[in-house]
Amino acid sequence: MKDTLPPVYLDNNATTRVFPEVVEAMLPYFTEQFGNASSIHAFGSEVGGALRQARKSLQRLIGAEFDHEIIFTSGGTESNNTAIRSALQVQPGRNEVITSMVEHPAILSLCDWLEKHEDVVVHRIPVDSQGRLDIDAYRAALSDKVAVVSFMWANNETGTIFPVDGLAELAHEHGALFHTDAVQAVGKVPIDLKTTEIDMLSLSSHKFHGPKGLGALYLRKGTRFRPLMRGGHQERGRRAGTENAPAIIGLGRAADMTLATMADDSARMTALRDRLEQGLVQQIGHCFVTGDPRDRLPNTATVAFEFIEGEAILLKLNQAGIAASSGSACTSGSLEPSHVLRAMDIPFTAAHGAIRFSLSRETTDADVDRVLAVMPEIISGLREMSPFWSDDGAKPEGFNPEYA
Amino acid sequence: MWDYSDKVKEYFFNPRNAGALADANAVGEVGSLSCGDALKLMLKVNPETDIIEDAKFQTFGCGSAIASSSALTELIIGKTIAEARTLTNQDIANFLDGLPPEKMHCSVMGQEALTAAVAAYTGETLEEDDHEEGALICKCFGVDAGMIERAIRTNKLTTLEMVTFYTKAGGGCNSCREPLEELLADTNKEMVAEGLIKAEEAYIFGAAPQPVKKKAQGFVIPDQPPTPMAPPQPSAPVQIAMPVVAAAAPAAAPVAAPAAAPAPAPAAAPAMSAAKEVIIAAKIIEEMRPVFHRDGGDVELVDMEGSLILVNLTGACSGCQIASLTLGGLQTKITEALGRPVRVMPVAKT
Repeated sequence: MKDTLPPVYLDNNATTRVFPEVVEAMLPYFTEQFGNASSIHAFGSEVGGALRQARKSLQRLIGAEFDHEIIFTSGGTESNNTAIRSALQVQPGRNEVITSMVEHPAILSLCDWLEKHEDVVVHRIPVDSQGRLDIDAYRAALSDKVAVVSFMWANNETGTIFPVDGLAELAHEHGALFHTDAVQAVGKVPIDLKTTEIDMLSLSSHKFHGPKGLGALYLRKGTRFRPLMRGGHQERGRRAGTENAPAIIGLGRAADMTLATMADDSARMTALRDRLEQGLVQQIGHCFVTGDPRDRLPNTATVAFEFIEGEAILLKLNQAGIAASSGSACTSGSLEPSHVLRAMDIPFTAAHGAIRFSLSRETTDADVDRVLAVMPEIISGLREMSPFWSDDGAKPEGFNPEYA
Repeated sequence: MWDYSDKVKEYFFNPRNAGALADANAVGEVGSLSCGDALKLMLKVNPETDIIEDAKFQTFGCGSAIASSSALTELIIGKTIAEARTLTNQDIANFLDGLPPEKMHCSVMGQEALTAAVAAYTGETLEEDDHEEGALICKCFGVDAGMIERAIRTNKLTTLEMVTFYTKAGGGCNSCREPLEELLADTNKEMVAEGLIKAEEAYIFGAAPQPVKKKAQGFVIPDQPPTPMAPPQPSAPVQIAMPVVAAAAPAAAPVAAPAAAPAPAPAAAPAMSAAKEVIIAAKIIEEMRPVFHRDGGDVELVDMEGSLILVNLTGACSGCQIASLTLGGLQTKITEALGRPVRVMPVAKT
């Protein structure tokens, strides 16, 4: 039976399906209007016009005041690296960075490097058990030595949203620049940058049904800046390298489509997500939903199942035609479970068994039903095999391994 | 997702001998929740014959951990305790047609559970194992940070080359060079603080010479760490031998025939196609000679080894800057004619 059903894709925080309309918009720019936007001839100028339209579309999606505040990059990671490094370079005398313990590796491993090799002092602000930022710790870390504060808009694993506009105002009280990694937020929640004090924002096209290999850095007008890449004058001299025209045009289309239906999509995804979470928690014991129940992305549900390991669950789900992801150590090749769940002090018993279902506007009721139909059996089957489990429930005390 | 063998998938989706064994008389428990891996191995051993009559497992872990546990029970049922003692984690991995390098620890866990169960049966006591592994650094050879750090400390290693000799880490694709450098520098720094090595011996991050540009040939990473090796010399990077240049001159000697009479190179003699290639190359060189003559020089074919075409430049061409340019043209022509990339290299004629 499982062979006849279409696959269920619930890993949209990893990447999304490119909308067919987006592909269609991109195609002519590979073979017909393939010119370099910098060229004078017709091939080039037509592309230049299309790029301007795309830039305006993205401007609307993020509510930027000016379209020239957008710098196209190769993706979220490049935008993050550019923002942090630029902020440090334009403010000599300030050599500290504030970030959180739950950021994406594009921020965290960069900060590790800067701390270790470039004499930068890094403050990593902790979160509580629901993934909410410790504001007092943030206030305490702020000083006139801080060059940049970087907090993610929404967490990729739990969907928890940080109050970035308020956090930006606090940063400005101390003269620090404020950057937000909004890769998971753009396209999922309304963003209106012109009404905030955010100086820089990173986003990625493939998280909202655009093509991969493209992102953007929002740079508020008047913010001092040093490019990461040097070369040609593209992006007003702020990001050298020939524009990835087809991808930028695709992103523009994806931005238009996302913005057009965001309110409806958001409400529908929230309902589906809540039904999924409630269904899982009601049917399966010893599991709980992670993240901030009051303020999180509409599409993300991370449920931690105790006494079993995430990769095993994912393999069984995959066999049932369902794609999800896991904060488990084993899926990444390291031995530590997700740094996000650990920072939230989720016990090891559950962190290893955390499964993330991330929905898109294409997710249907039937998709949720499929998950709810197979999960109880998958979980009970694996628990039967677990030494931490017995017929009458959990019994981690009964198991005494040789080493711990 | 991991590239699991069909057998791993089969033993994960349909595990043999999963569950509790009520009448077990030897139990081995290893791992912990915090590690994300744990295995309880239960054996029923016949006290008369020492034969393992039944075995079952309970595993908390990923797909390959469950498959490894199940494979372990299949491997030991029917064996005597003495036979079971000889089982290694590699046997488990082999039974499953291999495991990804990141997942080899799953087979190690199986072997450790067996050791623990056997010890429980015979009443031996086990040595404590702190089981620190750390992140996997070298994916080619499956070497983790814990093992590398132990090797650095035990053997007082202070160069990247020695780390590779002792642990194999970095001996494959070398893309783990940066984490390896960091680990060596960090560990050395700690060792200096602990007084184990002198500060000037310690490896400083970024101090290693650049990797050699040319492809190394004939450089084999030893399977076993060479234990009796002399103490590492801090400032003596191991130079990887480059047979390309070294072999060129001697090889040229026996076939120093003028290009006008293309004698097949000895190496190419048995295979018709190789001989044909030499003839084609020689013909092209012959055609190009007027170009060299114009500049007051000459060129001749010396030898052909695989993709390497050795030529001898004389007269004005030898040492001339234009020569490399002209040789580039020659290289393009021969590459086109043979339909495979070749490299033309000038050598001294002996």
